[in-house]
Amino acid sequence: MSKAQKIQFQIDAHIVDSQCANDICTLVLQAPEIARTAVSGQFIMVATGDEKSHDPLLRRPFSISQCANGTIGLVYKVVGRGTKLLSKMTAGQKVNLVGPLGKGFKLHSQKKHYLVGGGMGIAPLPFLAATLREKFPDDPIAVLLGARNRDELICLDDFEEIDNITVACATDDGSVGYHGLVPDLLPGKINGTVYCCGPWPMMKAVAAISRQRGAACQVSLETMMACGMGACVGCAIQGVDFIENGYLHVCKDGPIFEAEKIWL
Amino acid sequence: MALDSPELSVSIGNWQLQNPIMTASGTFGYGEEFADFVDLDSLGGMVLKGISLFPKNGNPPPRVVETSCGMLNAIGLENVGIDKFINEKLPRVSRYKSAIVVNILGDSIDEYRELAQRLNDTDIDAIEVNISCPNVKKGGVAFGTDHKMAYEVTRVVRQSCSKPVIMKLTPNVTDIAAIAQAVEEGGADAVSLINTLLGMAIDVKTRRPRLANTVGGLSGPAIKPVALRMVWQVARKVSIPVIGIGGITTVEDVVEFLLAGASAVQVGTANLVNPQTSGQLVEELADYLKSNNMASVHELIGAMEV
Repeated sequence: MSKAQKIQFQIDAHIVDSQCANDICTLVLQAPEIARTAVSGQFIMVATGDEKSHDPLLRRPFSISQCANGTIGLVYKVVGRGTKLLSKMTAGQKVNLVGPLGKGFKLHSQKKHYLVGGGMGIAPLPFLAATLREKFPDDPIAVLLGARNRDELICLDDFEEIDNITVACATDDGSVGYHGLVPDLLPGKINGTVYCCGPWPMMKAVAAISRQRGAACQVSLETMMACGMGACVGCAIQGVDFIENGYLHVCKDGPIFEAEKIWL
Repeated sequence: MALDSPELSVSIGNWQLQNPIMTASGTFGYGEEFADFVDLDSLGGMVLKGISLFPKNGNPPPRVVETSCGMLNAIGLENVGIDKFINEKLPRVSRYKSAIVVNILGDSIDEYRELAQRLNDTDIDAIEVNISCPNVKKGGVAFGTDHKMAYEVTRVVRQSCSKPVIMKLTPNVTDIAAIAQAVEEGGADAVSLINTLLGMAIDVKTRRPRLANTVGGLSGPAIKPVALRMVWQVARKVSIPVIGIGGITTVEDVVEFLLAGASAVQVGTANLVNPQTSGQLVEELADYLKSNNMASVHELIGAMEV
């Protein structure tokens, strides 16, 4: 092949571990090629059905939650046929992956890094926290997590392994931490960058608060997506410069965007 | 010895393809997106994303939805426009050995003429004409659903360039063979079919259409039997080569289309699902011919027995 260095791969990955409880699942995959080139914020496309069945036809996008020692970890909720099929797979089986895809978080040293996750949007944050710790050993990290209840507050253990990090939680039912919404946990004075992933209204609120308090905010977006690699352009979203430049595409321009490029 | 390396090359008029595996427009981006997954020197041809005279934003999202063994899309022909395409996209794929086919789309006969003229001055190998777009001047009726308009677009593109001209046909017509005959008469070098089948899907919880555009084009394995039937019907009625498209995923699918009378095929939705598909099919077709003791792919074309 005339191209020197491949950065994206399609591979059959062995499942190292697959666990589900209350429809929330974690999957650890042996994927050395992808683990080597992946950066935090990127995603992979996973074939969830039998290769020969064509149903479900399309791959499902998942953000990379963990990336270490040649493995990548995913955390997902069973929401439809694709994730249901994936949740039935067990260690030792193979699953076909395409990735790593998309643009990751942009990282610079800060007085503090604020990682804000809501629901399944918490998934990409452990990889981000680990990357930040590695790149900027002295920068403090504040993790602010929100979920409906205790069961849906995912990845908590993953942050405990990281030094110089604080974790605060908010739940809709008050079962853990603050009884309310996660944007309320943002401090009055934000001394650094906010990285946010979660439901659209929550990200919009976090972006608005960040802007009011003079902090940069990066958001991780999700849309319906067929290919994940810029071929189908199905994952269009309007950015603030839509009139001049047309749609942005979550798979190629994102999934990480500067919030002010999406919302004014 | 012939059996060690079966003959894969096929001809579209005077144009020789190194093998019959092409990619379908709209599923292979501008080619370069697939460089990590496919040897871009190895394909019969790469049909790039449809290009219009001016950039198009396309439809609002959601634009894609999965259906049983298929997908609906209403991308709305989003593209960078011919200027940016020629200046920025084309140079990046010209260096590959796979033939470059540029798919064009217009809202008027004049736009098709200008696009053909512009592309005639480039080093692309062929032009594929999407006539599924609405004719703005004729009240929005698709060029491809009226045999007189289909003839007229073909004639104008034929006169405006010296490249091979492939007319891509829509299946959303009563008699696709009649449209194929009209474009043959207009001077087409080949026809490619089928484009997507018009469909829709509704979210029963919200009672809203799943696509912002309400309707969209159905593609993927779900449409293969329809595509195969249409290729067979058209191949019997025209003497120009037919390029088969519709749900091709495996080498058996390729062989079916060849048997039905296609001289070449385009792989579409499968590229989105498994980006390596097109390259793998080139190898698998060679293996298929070898293991069935065939010296040439020509032994399959139109060889269905009835």
